[in-house]
Amino acid sequence: MKAAVIVFPGSNCDRDLSVAFERATGQPTTMVWHKDANLPQGLDIVAVPGGFSFGDYLRCGAIAARSPIMRAIVDFAGRGGHVLGICNGFQVLIESGLLPGALMRNADLKFVCRDVHLKIENTESPFTSAYGNGGVIRVPVAHHDGNYIAPDETLSALRAEDRIAFTYCKANGSAGDNPNGSMGNIAGILSPNRRVLGMMPHPERLNDGALGGTDGQRMFEGLVRSMAPA
Amino acid sequence: MKARVFVTLKNGVLDPQGAAIAHALGTMGFEGVEGVRQGKVIELDLAETDAVKAEATAREMCEKLLANTVIENYRVEIA
Repeated sequence: MKAAVIVFPGSNCDRDLSVAFERATGQPTTMVWHKDANLPQGLDIVAVPGGFSFGDYLRCGAIAARSPIMRAIVDFAGRGGHVLGICNGFQVLIESGLLPGALMRNADLKFVCRDVHLKIENTESPFTSAYGNGGVIRVPVAHHDGNYIAPDETLSALRAEDRIAFTYCKANGSAGDNPNGSMGNIAGILSPNRRVLGMMPHPERLNDGALGGTDGQRMFEGLVRSMAPA
Repeated sequence: MKARVFVTLKNGVLDPQGAAIAHALGTMGFEGVEGVRQGKVIELDLAETDAVKAEATAREMCEKLLANTVIENYRVEIA
């Protein structure tokens, strides 16, 4: 599996994401600068990392979403390419129109930085296939604007099409412990073809026992398996 | 020609920052504040001299970048 990570001015999870992919794939991750108008040939997945692209000016992810590389990423997704957006990357994917809804300031107005529990709502995607349905994983969040909101008809469509990948939950899997006030405890959503995932939590930050857990790394390993030639 | 763009949250979209401002005003002794909605003002200095065209351009800017029309409304004033 060939992965690329996009780098914007203000990205700060790009190296972590690169390491997570390299550990799973056994090959180097390509880093792509935001001013490039084209993606490298032969990519399987493009990842948009967390951070504070363009200083979160105007709205989180708004400026990055209009950068040259994002036009290439929208085309790539349109051709069936896999795209992963984490934290600020999720905000960028929403601002670019690849995923619906909006991410607003956290309901309590505070930056939240701690481990959360996520319920796996859908294992029928390359991103979540490594996890058991209804299972609970632990990964960190670190954001100020993760409060997912969408019109009722969008939320209904996400539910009807089984496109909610993760929801915030308590350690025992019951609903609650939502760190940002998001509608329906939503932590991550999928595109209609389930090849684009946006999520606020950071799986790349729990990819080694020395960091306190490996729940995050399973996503990257699952991606590699799901894309392996049959 | 100057254009002033007002971006505000749509009705029904929770505004936690507005709620925090309302709370602070209450604690400062300002009574009777029944609601606060906050937003942003963007001032554009445009080379265009035709007010109709300037407004159309500013509105296009709102649709494509300045406002997130999922959650925000915008209003353009030409001066």
